[in-house]
Formats: sequence, C-alpha cells, structure tokens
Amino acid sequence: MDSFSPIPALAGGVLIGLASALLWLGNGRIAGISGIFGQLLPPARTVVWRFVFLAALVLGTLAAAWVVPGLGVGGPAGKPAELVSAPAAWGIPTPLWLAIAGLLTGFGTKIGNGCTSGHGVCGIARLSLRSFVAVGIFFSVAIITVAVTGIVA
Amino acid sequence: MSATTRLPYLATAAVSGLLFGAGLYVSQMVDPLKVLRFLDFGAIPRGGWDPSLALVIVAAIGVMFVAVRIGRTRQAPAFDTAFNEPEFKRIDAPLVLGAVLFGVGWGMSGICPGPAISLVAFWPPNLLIYLLALFAGSYAGALVIPSGRERRLAVAR
Repeated sequence: MDSFSPIPALAGGVLIGLASALLWLGNGRIAGISGIFGQLLPPARTVVWRFVFLAALVLGTLAAAWVVPGLGVGGPAGKPAELVSAPAAWGIPTPLWLAIAGLLTGFGTKIGNGCTSGHGVCGIARLSLRSFVAVGIFFSVAIITVAVTGIVA
Repeated sequence: MSATTRLPYLATAAVSGLLFGAGLYVSQMVDPLKVLRFLDFGAIPRGGWDPSLALVIVAAIGVMFVAVRIGRTRQAPAFDTAFNEPEFKRIDAPLVLGAVLFGVGWGMSGICPGPAISLVAFWPPNLLIYLLALFAGSYAGALVIPSGRERRLAVAR
C-alpha cells in the first residue's frame, strides 16, 4: 500500500466530478473524453467546443502541476512522465506495444461508445445499464490483461 | 449561430476542461504506472496494491450523481436547448466487444483517453505514437459501426 494516496485521489475525483457536472448542467453534454476527441474526426460536427475542452484539459493539467507541485509525475517537482513498455521477455518494441494499445483503445471506445469517463463516471451516475455492463467488462479485462502481462512487476 | 458556438457555451467547455485536467493531475491518474498499480490485483495478497483509482472514480461519480438529479428537475441545460442524453439503451455486441478491446488496450498501457490527452502537458516519449494510434482506432471504429443517433436507433428497433 506504499503508493496509496487517498486524499489526492478523493480531491482529484471531486474535481473530475465537478468538471462533468458543469458540462452536463451547463451544456447538456456528457464529459466522455473518447467521445469528445472521437468526434473531432470526420464526419465532424460541433468541433469548436470539443477542441476548446481538450485544449483546456491539457492546460488544466499543466496549471495544477505548477500550483500543487510534486504530486506524482509532471510539473516542476514531479518525476518525468513515462509510458510503459511491453514485458521484457516478450521482445516487443515499446512504440509498437503502445501503438497496439492505442488502436485497441480507440477502436474499442468508439464501437462501445465510451471510456472510463463517459461510461465510468457519467454513465454510472446516470444509472445507465449499458454503462454498468461496459464498466464491468473493461475493468475485468484490464485486470486480467495486467495479470497476464505481469507488466507492473 | 448555433448554441454550441456561443461564448457562454464555449466558456463552460473551457472551465470544465480545466477542472478535468486538474483533477487528472491531482488524483495522479495522469501517471500510467499509478493506474496499473490499481489494475494489478495480483498485488492484493502479495502487498503493494494501490486502491487510489477506486476512490477517484467513486468521488467523481458521487458529484456527478447529484448533478444528474439536479438536471432531471430542469427542462434544459443552462446554455443549450436540451440535454444530450444517450437514447440507445440496448446491450448489444458492439458495446460488449468494444469494452473488451478497450480493456485490453487499457491494461497494456495504463492509459485511457482522458489521461492520454492530459499527458500532452508532460509529453513523454512515445506519446505521439499512442495518440496517433488512438485516433486511427477511433476513426476505424466509426467506419465499422453505424454512427449517428437516428441510424443506431433504427437498428435498435
């Protein structure tokens, strides 16, 4: 449990909840990141607000890293951010491993209509049956994937 | 001018994005290793499991749950004419298959779409490759499934 961080986790979760609440009560939109960036692509509609939201998301991350330095990765006092590699014994180059992960995530969230934010936060809060099913599946499959790859060790 | 290009609408999107990005940094969900330490259930008996992600999502759901209840008492959101609530309700094959594929991609990398965008702030090596693949996968998905609300609803009937 050495890396467990309950206070930042709860505080960050409340911020994500407030972001989702504001977008819902203000604009009637679900803060689902896969949906927001997926519809930047053709056949694109309502591109402007999506771009504004995503640019602000990057700026919000940067700003928080300067205001509250030293929480995990990034910013003036944090460790540099790093992406993971394939298990060493598998012999798969890191760029290829990450490209496969990105393709699966992009394709899966598109046909499944959502990711951790759209289904996980907004869908559960709306008590959507589709979201409960999606969340149960993608959490289970991700946990199995980590067990199979042994990537954390 | 449509509702979605008026200033209050765009300002709401901007403030929401700022809060979302700040939340991903503060909760440390921007760190793929932190996410993987939650998904590593093998560490529960062994020691070293990190339950932080569960607290992040429960806290976020709690706030959003209240917002959804408030929304149900209103005809429309503040800056548009209707709530864009998904009307497609059926548990279908694309939902299940999509969640399986996303689960594999998430477990391989510790990255889901929110943190993927958030990580642009710190631009780690190989992020560009991941993002290009994410967009390519999403685009391929849009070609495969019937997109657009009317078409999906027609299929559902």
